[in-house]
Amino acid sequence: MYIVSVCGMGFGTSLMLLMDIQSIAKDFGYEVDGEATDLGSAKGKKCDFMVASSEIAAELSDQDVPIISINNLLDKEELKQKVLPLIESIAKEESK
Amino acid sequence: MTLLSKESIALNIEVNSPEEAISVSGDLLMKAGVIRKEYIDAMVDGFKKVGPYIVVAPGIAIPHARPEYGALESGFSIVRLRTPIKFGHKMNDPVQLVCAMASNDNNGHIEMLRMLSSILGDSSKLAKILTAKDISEVYQNISN
Repeated sequence: MYIVSVCGMGFGTSLMLLMDIQSIAKDFGYEVDGEATDLGSAKGKKCDFMVASSEIAAELSDQDVPIISINNLLDKEELKQKVLPLIESIAKEESK
Repeated sequence: MTLLSKESIALNIEVNSPEEAISVSGDLLMKAGVIRKEYIDAMVDGFKKVGPYIVVAPGIAIPHARPEYGALESGFSIVRLRTPIKFGHKMNDPVQLVCAMASNDNNGHIEMLRMLSSILGDSSKLAKILTAKDISEVYQNISN
Protein backbone atom coordinates (compact mmCIF):
# COMPACT_ATOMS: atom_id res chain seq x y z
CA MET A 1 0.00 0.00 0.00
CA TYR A 2 1.04 3.56 -0.57
CA ILE A 3 0.29 6.51 1.64
CA VAL A 4 0.88 10.24 1.40
CA SER A 5 1.62 12.30 4.50
CA VAL A 6 1.10 16.02 4.19
CA CYS A 7 2.28 19.13 5.96
CA GLY A 8 2.78 22.77 5.11
CA MET A 9 6.25 22.33 3.67
CA GLY A 10 6.51 18.63 2.98
CA PHE A 11 9.49 17.72 5.07
CA GLY A 12 8.76 18.51 8.71
CA THR A 13 5.73 17.07 10.39
CA SER A 14 4.77 15.04 7.32
CA LEU A 15 8.08 13.18 7.43
CA MET A 16 7.60 12.60 11.14
CA LEU A 17 4.14 11.13 10.50
CA LEU A 18 5.38 8.91 7.69
CA MET A 19 8.23 7.48 9.78
CA ASP A 20 5.94 6.87 12.74
CA ILE A 21 3.28 5.16 10.62
CA GLN A 22 5.85 2.95 8.93
CA SER A 23 7.20 1.89 12.28
CA ILE A 24 3.71 1.18 13.69
CA ALA A 25 2.87 -0.82 10.56
CA LYS A 26 6.09 -2.79 10.82
CA ASP A 27 5.34 -3.69 14.44
CA PHE A 28 2.16 -5.34 13.20
CA GLY A 29 3.76 -7.01 10.20
CA TYR A 30 2.65 -4.63 7.46
CA GLU A 31 4.78 -2.86 4.95
CA VAL A 32 3.76 0.66 4.04
CA ASP A 33 5.36 2.70 1.27
CA GLY A 34 4.76 6.36 1.02
CA GLU A 35 5.96 9.87 0.60
CA ALA A 36 5.89 13.07 2.61
CA THR A 37 4.78 16.10 0.69
CA ASP A 38 3.46 19.64 0.98
CA LEU A 39 -0.19 20.59 0.72
CA GLY A 40 0.01 21.91 -2.84
CA SER A 41 1.66 18.77 -4.25
CA ALA A 42 -0.51 16.37 -2.27
CA LYS A 43 -3.73 17.15 -4.06
CA GLY A 44 -4.68 14.51 -6.60
CA LYS A 45 -1.87 12.13 -5.69
CA LYS A 46 -2.70 8.46 -6.05
CA CYS A 47 -2.54 6.64 -2.74
CA ASP A 48 -4.51 4.43 -0.37
CA PHE A 49 -4.93 7.18 2.15
CA MET A 50 -3.55 10.53 3.23
CA VAL A 51 -2.57 11.56 6.71
CA ALA A 52 -1.96 15.04 8.10
CA SER A 53 -2.27 17.19 11.17
CA SER A 54 -5.82 18.36 11.79
CA GLU A 55 -5.11 21.88 10.50
CA ILE A 56 -3.83 20.54 7.18
CA ALA A 57 -6.32 17.67 6.93
CA ALA A 58 -9.16 20.19 6.83
CA GLU A 59 -7.70 21.51 3.56
CA LEU A 60 -7.71 18.03 2.02
CA SER A 61 -11.40 17.30 2.40
CA ASP A 62 -11.96 17.49 -1.37
CA GLN A 63 -9.70 14.50 -2.04
CA ASP A 64 -11.27 11.18 -3.01
CA VAL A 65 -9.13 9.02 -0.72
CA PRO A 66 -9.58 8.61 3.04
CA ILE A 67 -7.99 11.43 5.02
CA ILE A 68 -6.69 10.72 8.50
CA SER A 69 -6.55 13.78 10.73
CA ILE A 70 -4.12 13.78 13.65
CA ASN A 71 -4.41 16.24 16.53
CA ASN A 72 -1.29 15.38 18.50
CA LEU A 73 1.57 14.43 16.22
CA LEU A 74 3.71 13.28 19.09
CA ASP A 75 1.11 10.89 20.46
CA LYS A 76 1.90 7.48 18.96
CA GLU A 77 -1.22 6.02 20.55
CA GLU A 78 -3.57 8.42 18.73
CA LEU A 79 -1.75 7.71 15.49
CA LYS A 80 -1.97 3.97 15.99
CA GLN A 81 -5.67 4.04 16.84
CA LYS A 82 -6.51 6.07 13.76
CA VAL A 83 -4.18 4.47 11.24
CA LEU A 84 -3.87 0.81 12.12
CA PRO A 85 -7.50 -0.21 11.40
CA LEU A 86 -7.22 1.38 7.95
CA ILE A 87 -3.89 -0.30 7.24
CA GLU A 88 -5.38 -3.64 8.30
CA SER A 89 -8.39 -3.29 6.01
CA ILE A 90 -6.27 -2.16 3.05
CA ALA A 91 -3.91 -5.09 3.58
CA LYS A 92 -6.92 -7.41 3.64
CA GLU A 93 -8.18 -5.99 0.33
CA GLU A 94 -4.74 -6.34 -1.21
CA SER A 95 -4.42 -9.98 -0.25
CA LYS A 96 -7.72 -10.93 -1.90
CA MET B 1 25.00 15.13 21.35
CA THR B 2 25.50 17.86 18.80
CA LEU B 3 21.99 18.79 17.75
CA LEU B 4 21.29 20.80 20.88
CA SER B 5 23.72 22.92 22.89
CA LYS B 6 23.03 24.45 26.30
CA GLU B 7 23.21 27.87 24.66
CA SER B 8 20.20 26.92 22.54
CA ILE B 9 17.92 26.53 25.55
CA ALA B 10 16.07 29.51 27.06
CA LEU B 11 13.61 29.35 29.94
CA ASN B 12 10.78 31.57 31.17
CA ILE B 13 10.84 33.88 28.19
CA GLU B 14 8.11 36.47 27.90
CA VAL B 15 6.74 37.18 24.40
CA ASN B 16 3.76 39.05 23.02
CA SER B 17 3.06 37.12 19.82
CA PRO B 18 3.71 33.79 18.07
CA GLU B 19 5.99 35.60 15.60
CA GLU B 20 8.09 36.88 18.48
CA ALA B 21 8.26 33.40 20.01
CA ILE B 22 9.45 31.99 16.67
CA SER B 23 12.05 34.75 16.36
CA VAL B 24 13.43 34.06 19.84
CA SER B 25 13.75 30.33 19.08
CA GLY B 26 15.44 31.21 15.77
CA ASP B 27 17.86 33.66 17.39
CA LEU B 28 19.18 30.86 19.56
CA LEU B 29 19.89 28.76 16.49
CA MET B 30 21.56 31.69 14.76
CA LYS B 31 23.81 32.33 17.75
CA ALA B 32 24.73 28.63 17.75
CA GLY B 33 25.80 28.98 14.11
CA VAL B 34 23.12 26.58 12.86
CA ILE B 35 21.30 29.08 10.64
CA ARG B 36 21.64 32.49 9.01
CA LYS B 37 19.24 35.33 9.75
CA GLU B 38 17.16 34.66 6.63
CA TYR B 39 16.09 31.32 8.07
CA ILE B 40 14.34 33.11 10.94
CA ASP B 41 12.44 35.29 8.48
CA ALA B 42 11.49 32.17 6.51
CA MET B 43 10.12 30.50 9.66
CA VAL B 44 8.04 33.55 10.53
CA ASP B 45 6.80 33.85 6.94
CA GLY B 46 5.97 30.13 6.92
CA PHE B 47 3.90 30.56 10.03
CA LYS B 48 2.07 33.54 8.55
CA LYS B 49 1.39 31.72 5.29
CA VAL B 50 0.70 28.13 6.27
CA GLY B 51 -0.49 28.90 9.73
CA PRO B 52 -0.59 27.25 13.09
CA TYR B 53 -0.02 23.64 12.00
CA ILE B 54 3.49 23.88 13.49
CA VAL B 55 1.76 23.41 16.85
CA VAL B 56 2.26 19.66 16.61
CA ALA B 57 0.99 18.69 20.05
CA PRO B 58 -0.75 20.39 22.95
CA GLY B 59 1.49 23.27 24.01
CA ILE B 60 4.33 22.50 21.59
CA ALA B 61 5.30 24.39 18.42
CA ILE B 62 8.06 23.30 16.04
CA PRO B 63 8.86 26.19 13.69
CA HIS B 64 11.04 25.31 10.72
CA ALA B 65 11.79 26.31 7.15
CA ARG B 66 13.33 24.69 4.10
CA PRO B 67 17.10 24.06 4.23
CA GLU B 68 17.80 26.39 1.31
CA TYR B 69 16.64 29.38 3.36
CA GLY B 70 19.88 29.60 5.27
CA ALA B 71 20.34 26.37 7.23
CA LEU B 72 24.06 25.79 7.80
CA GLU B 73 23.93 22.75 10.06
CA SER B 74 21.41 20.52 11.83
CA GLY B 75 20.15 21.60 15.20
CA PHE B 76 17.23 22.63 17.32
CA SER B 77 16.50 25.05 20.12
CA ILE B 78 14.15 24.98 23.10
CA VAL B 79 12.32 28.06 24.31
CA ARG B 80 10.04 27.69 27.32
CA LEU B 81 7.64 30.59 27.61
CA ARG B 82 6.76 32.08 30.98
CA THR B 83 3.21 32.76 29.82
CA PRO B 84 1.82 30.33 27.20
CA ILE B 85 0.67 32.11 24.05
CA LYS B 86 -1.96 31.37 21.42
CA PHE B 87 -0.76 30.42 17.93
CA GLY B 88 -4.30 30.03 16.55
CA HIS B 89 -4.42 26.24 16.64
CA LYS B 90 -7.90 24.87 17.29
CA MET B 91 -6.90 22.09 19.65
CA ASN B 92 -3.30 22.50 20.76
CA ASP B 93 -3.18 26.11 21.95
CA PRO B 94 -1.77 27.73 23.99
CA VAL B 95 1.90 27.07 23.29
CA GLN B 96 4.47 26.87 26.03
CA LEU B 97 7.42 25.18 24.30
CA VAL B 98 8.84 26.48 21.03
CA CYS B 99 11.47 24.25 19.42
CA ALA B 100 12.87 25.75 16.23
CA MET B 101 14.64 23.23 14.05
CA ALA B 102 16.89 23.39 11.03
CA SER B 103 18.98 21.03 8.98
CA ASN B 104 21.11 21.34 5.90
CA ASP B 105 20.66 17.77 4.66
CA ASN B 106 18.03 15.05 4.64
CA ASN B 107 19.78 12.59 6.90
CA GLY B 108 20.36 15.20 9.56
CA HIS B 109 16.77 16.23 9.22
CA ILE B 110 15.39 12.75 9.76
CA GLU B 111 17.73 12.15 12.67
CA MET B 112 16.58 15.37 14.28
CA LEU B 113 12.88 14.64 13.77
CA ARG B 114 13.36 11.24 15.39
CA MET B 115 15.15 12.81 18.31
CA LEU B 116 12.63 15.60 18.81
CA SER B 117 9.67 13.28 18.62
CA SER B 118 11.28 10.83 21.04
CA ILE B 119 12.00 13.63 23.54
CA LEU B 120 8.76 15.58 23.26
CA GLY B 121 6.63 12.47 22.81
CA ASP B 122 7.94 11.04 26.09
CA SER B 123 5.55 12.41 28.69
CA SER B 124 7.98 12.14 31.60
CA LYS B 125 10.75 13.92 29.68
CA LEU B 126 8.31 16.58 28.58
CA ALA B 127 7.08 17.11 32.14
CA LYS B 128 10.69 17.56 33.25
CA ILE B 129 11.36 20.12 30.54
CA LEU B 130 8.26 22.04 31.57
CA THR B 131 9.16 22.08 35.27
CA ALA B 132 12.99 22.19 35.22
CA LYS B 133 14.47 24.93 37.39
CA ASP B 134 17.39 25.73 35.14
CA ILE B 135 18.93 25.13 31.74
CA SER B 136 21.32 22.43 32.97
CA GLU B 137 18.40 20.41 34.23
CA VAL B 138 16.69 20.60 30.83
CA TYR B 139 19.91 19.72 29.03
CA GLN B 140 20.66 16.72 31.22
CA ASN B 141 17.14 15.44 30.90
CA ILE B 142 17.41 15.55 27.11
CA SER B 143 20.91 14.16 26.87
CA ASN B 144 20.01 11.07 28.93
